[in-house]
This record gives sequence, structure tokens and C-alpha cells, in this order.
Amino acid sequence: MRPVIYVLSFIAILGLGFWAYREHYDTREALREVSALNAEIGNLREALALQRAEWAYLNRPDRLRELSSANFDRLGLMPLEPTQFGDAANLSYPAVQEFFGTIDNSVMVQGQITPEEDPL
Amino acid sequence: MTRTPLRPLARILKARAQGENPDVIESENLRLRHEQMRDASRNRAEVRLLVLGVAFFLAFSAIGTRMAFVATTEAAEPRSLASGAEILAQRADITDRNGRVLATNMLTHALYAHPKDMVDPERVSKELATLFPEMKAEDLLRRFTDGRSFVWLRKVLSPEQMQAVHDIGDPGLLFGPREMRLYPNGTLAAHVLGGSSFGAEGVHSAEVIGTAGVEKAMDARLRDPAQAGAPLELSLDLTVQAAVEEILGAGMTMMNAKGAAAIIMDVKTGEILSMASLPAFDPNNRPNPVLPKDAEPGDSPLFNRAVQGVYELGSTFKIFATAQAMELGLVNADTMVDANAPMQWGRHRIREFQNKNYGPLLSVTDVIVKSSNVGTAKLALQIGGLRQQAFLKSLGFFEPTPVELVEAPGARPLLPAKWPDIVTITTSYGHGMSASPLHLAAAYATIANGGVTVKPTILKQQGPRPGIRVMREDVARSSVDMLRAVVTRGTASLAEVPGYQVAGKTGTADKPKRTGGYYKDKVINTFASVFPASDPRYVVLVTLDEPVETSGTEPRRTAGWTAVPVAAEITRRIAPLLGIRPVVEAPPLDGLTAVRN
Repeated sequence: MRPVIYVLSFIAILGLGFWAYREHYDTREALREVSALNAEIGNLREALALQRAEWAYLNRPDRLRELSSANFDRLGLMPLEPTQFGDAANLSYPAVQEFFGTIDNSVMVQGQITPEEDPL
Repeated sequence: MTRTPLRPLARILKARAQGENPDVIESENLRLRHEQMRDASRNRAEVRLLVLGVAFFLAFSAIGTRMAFVATTEAAEPRSLASGAEILAQRADITDRNGRVLATNMLTHALYAHPKDMVDPERVSKELATLFPEMKAEDLLRRFTDGRSFVWLRKVLSPEQMQAVHDIGDPGLLFGPREMRLYPNGTLAAHVLGGSSFGAEGVHSAEVIGTAGVEKAMDARLRDPAQAGAPLELSLDLTVQAAVEEILGAGMTMMNAKGAAAIIMDVKTGEILSMASLPAFDPNNRPNPVLPKDAEPGDSPLFNRAVQGVYELGSTFKIFATAQAMELGLVNADTMVDANAPMQWGRHRIREFQNKNYGPLLSVTDVIVKSSNVGTAKLALQIGGLRQQAFLKSLGFFEPTPVELVEAPGARPLLPAKWPDIVTITTSYGHGMSASPLHLAAAYATIANGGVTVKPTILKQQGPRPGIRVMREDVARSSVDMLRAVVTRGTASLAEVPGYQVAGKTGTADKPKRTGGYYKDKVINTFASVFPASDPRYVVLVTLDEPVETSGTEPRRTAGWTAVPVAAEITRRIAPLLGIRPVVEAPPLDGLTAVRN
């Protein structure tokens, strides 16, 4: 019985050693990957900041103003004016005709409404 | 511990009775006591030694364990656990109130040289001189060959320039990363932003420090690593600022002014939505102009007229005199006051504009509407110098403005050393004491805010901040109504913007000469207004330096002809941008229709 235990424990030690070896290298690989990713994130952030700066530069008001005046024929953009504010009350409602069409299939209903079942 | 007596009476008596020496008993007892004491102190010392021993053992074993740990593990670079946001943002961005970038950082490179590693200094200096116009080939060659081992060449390079330097291909030319401050909007809000420059410089990095404006005032906040990820949000609105600068620039040209300033302020929170000062500069390339000796400080483009320009603000001050008189219960808006011009005070004669006489009696509202110096002077004399000073002080006219710009604390109002009655008179119509346009905007905001003081700020606020009440609400209300009357039937008729109920006061002040006295043909024109008058939301203030309007037969220099139309155009443009709906006034009826019921 005892030799079997010896052999089994020897195999277990070999197995554990191999496992520890693998784990060690996997960990190092993962750490290397993390630092590579961190470097990449840093680069991307840098690029992002640069693009944000460029976006802000391209959207600067005086450039937009020049562009809108250069393309006035096509876009017809004007500064916002007080007169462009409207009131909902000023909108004209569509006439009943266009809204419902002509009412030609009216129905006639007959009956009596008791106070309990008053639908209103 | 029970203490046994050294000479127990029973034993002594017994010993004496037996003829023994009682001292033997005493010495025996003394010996026993000493033995007890010795044993106790030995025990205590042993315990102490043990505790000390354990403490030393623990301390040394902790050090030993740590040493063993350090010795047996592999050395590794310290790794930052965060994802690296701090790597780039050395200095926080500055944005406007809607998050649009006003200042950000960009990674560029600095150029330096190691002449000892240089292969061909002559060729390098020639090629560099063709790339960069500010460099001279002979100078470079001299610096490369005089034995030094390190030469700075340029603080920042654009990517194209960097590539061109790469293409020279000399191993002695080296690049160091540089974080550069970039203001993408150019001259926009230049005076607010200020500018920045490099502080301590190394090959691998350089610190960026603010040199003026909010960059310098908030330097500690911007450089704080804990807040590097969060941009500093200003109260400015980029769109409004752009519109204001455009119109102000056009107005300055049309009115032939040499400088101009404008402030838009929220009357509830004190937030400055726009602050413009012209001429402006580009903070990306902050100039360092050399001015002639006799130049005014305002001639420099770096000068922020809105904050640093301390001027006599003229008739815009009159509303403070009437407001105070109403606050003190001396008058109300309809009280008739003496306005018989000219008014003699000692050897001084107070006149009206163009020697008119609006008197003999004028209602308080009409004193403001017609801008009567005499009427205001009479009110000021009723108020008295001491109370006048206290009131102006409560409106903030005696202290520098608290706005977060580095220039603000230096711009102290200029106050007369003494305050005799003649100063009371002149101050009531805005002469004799000088303050900055920002002071005036804050004071008008106080009136528009129902009489509660407003602290001007350039940083975005979450809501109104508590202020001090300096006048009753009804006084503030009727002051705004008076200002509205100035626009509807007074000196500022050109300020009317349909739908926005502008209320404001003009001010024309002669410029003081350096040598004393005033120029005849140089004025500072100011128009301070609030809108909409029914529920004031914003202060619009425009100041023009030495304007002259030449469309008429003779040059006109009053604010009503210069600053007012500019302010009206600004209001017309920014009010929709600020989302204020025009109040649609009912159109006048074409005619009367007879009806019957």
C-alpha cells in the first residue's frame, strides 16, 4: 500500500509543479497583455484628445460662420432671429374636411339612456 | 497589601515581659519587608524584560519576513491600476457651459540637440534655418560647435515640422514629448482664458502654467491631478460669446472706436455668459507688445477692458441715486424734484447736456429718462455723502470684483480721497469715481434681481447663490420700469428690440486727461441694460472707448448714438440663442369697427 501512496504523491507533485509552471507563465503573459493594453488605451486617449481638439478647432464659430456664408446659396442659413419664435395658437388647424373626409355614412342610433349607464 | 507593623505591640510587650530585646523583633520584621519588596520588583522587571523581548522579536521578524519576501520575489515595474487617464491630462480642459472645448491639451514635441552626437553640424544648421525662419544658420553653427553638449532648439513642433526635422536625419537632433495648451477657438474669449506657457522644462516633459485670466486664477484647480479628468466648466456660452464678439467688433469699426467691451450676465446667478474686450489677441500665441511710453494701459490688446478698465461710467450711475432716494423714502417714481439748470454749487456749475434745462420741475422717472444731471445732483444732496457711499459700497463699487480672473483683484475702483458735497453731486451722475464695466454690470444685475446682490462669476453655477438685500423689491421694480422708460421715450430709443422689452441707461463720460482735466472730444460711452423688463433675466452692458458716429451732419459722441445700437443688435442676436421667447405684443389695430350688442 505504502509504495502506491509514494508513487501517487510523486505524480501529484509532478502534476502540481507543472500546473504551477503553467500558471506562472500564464500570469506573466496576462500581465504583459495588460501593460500592452494600457499602453494602447493611453495612445487611444491621446488620439481621442487630439481628435476632440481638432473637432473643436473645426467647429470654431468663425469657421462655421465663414462656411455658412460661403454656402449660403445651398443652405440659406441665417442667424437665429426673434421672429423665428412662433406660438402654437398661430398655427392654423386643418379644416374638418381634410381631417375626417366627407361624412357620408352617418348612422342613426335610437334608444334611451338611463341615468346609471350615462356614458358621459 | 496589608502592611504588618514593624513593632507589633503584643509581641513587644511579650518580649519585654520575658526580658528580650524588642529591637530584634523590629529588625526581623524589617528584613522580611525588604525581602518582599525585592521579590516584587524582581517580578516586575522580569515581566518588563519579557514584553520588551517579545516586541523586539516581532519587529525583527517583521523586517526579516519582508526582507525574505523582497529577496525571493521577482522585481516588477509598479503598474498603475487605473486605465491611464492621468497619463495624458496633465492639465484639465476648460469648457464652456455646454461642454464645448475652450482649452485643451495636445501632445507635440520639443526639439533639442546633442551637438556632440552630430554628424554634420554645418548641414544641420543650414537645413534647420530653412525650416524655421526664426533661426539663423550662423548662430546655430556657432552653438553646435562651441563645445556644449546640449542645446534647446524649439519648444513645440507641429507634426509636419517634426517630420521635416526627421528627414534631416542627423542623430544629434532629438525630440522630447511636450504637452501643449491649445485654444481651438483662437481669439474667442481670449481675455477670459488668458493664456499659458511652459514652467519648468525637462527633456521628457514640461509643466504648463497659466499666465493670465482664468488659466492663472484657477491654476491650482487645473493642475490638481485628482481633478485632471474633469474639465473646468466656465459660465461662458460659446455661441453667445461668438455672436457678441462679432457684433461688438463690427460696432467698434462702425463707430470708429479704439476699443470696446461687452458683458452679458445672468441676473439670478451672476454667471457671466459672455465677456468680450476688443482689440483681442490669440492666446495660442500670446503677444508681448511693447507700448510707447505715453500709451494708456488700455492700448495693449492684452488689457481686459471689461475687468481691468476702470472708467468714469457717466450717467449709468444715475439710477443708483434715484433707487437710493426711493429706498430711503425720500421720493417715489412720480415725485417732482427740482431740476432747474444750471445749478450753482460753490464755485462749480452743474449743467445739463448741451446746456439744456429740463426743469424747473421733473418727475424722478423723467430725471432718469432725460438723464438730468441737476435732478440727480439734488437727489444726491438729499441723500447725503455718507449714505451715498454706504449704498455704493453695498453694490460693490468700493472693492475689486470677485470674479475668478487673475486681473480682477488688481482692478480697484478709483475713489476720491475725500467725499465733500461736490463729490456727492458728481458721483451721482457717474463722474469723480471710476469703476470697471463689470462692477456696473453686477450693480445692474442687483437691481434686476429684485434688489438682492449678485456676485459676478465666470464659473458655471448650479443655481442662484444667496445675496444680501440692498433695496426693497418695489424699489428695484420701479427702477427697472424707469430704465424701461429710458428706452421707450428717452435717450436710448435705439435700444428697442421688438419683443424683448429692453430697459437700460446710457452713459457718456468725458475721458480724463493724464495731466488733469477732461478731453473735449474723447468720451467713453456705456450702455447698461437688462431684458426683458417684465421679468429681468440678463444684463447686457456695452462700453465703447472713444467712439464717434459720423453718419449725421456733425460727429455724434453720445452713448445713445454709439453704444446703444450696438447693444440693441447684441440683444437681438443673443436673446434667441439664450432661448428667450419674444413677448409678442398685440399689433396695433388698423381701425375701429363699430359693433353693437
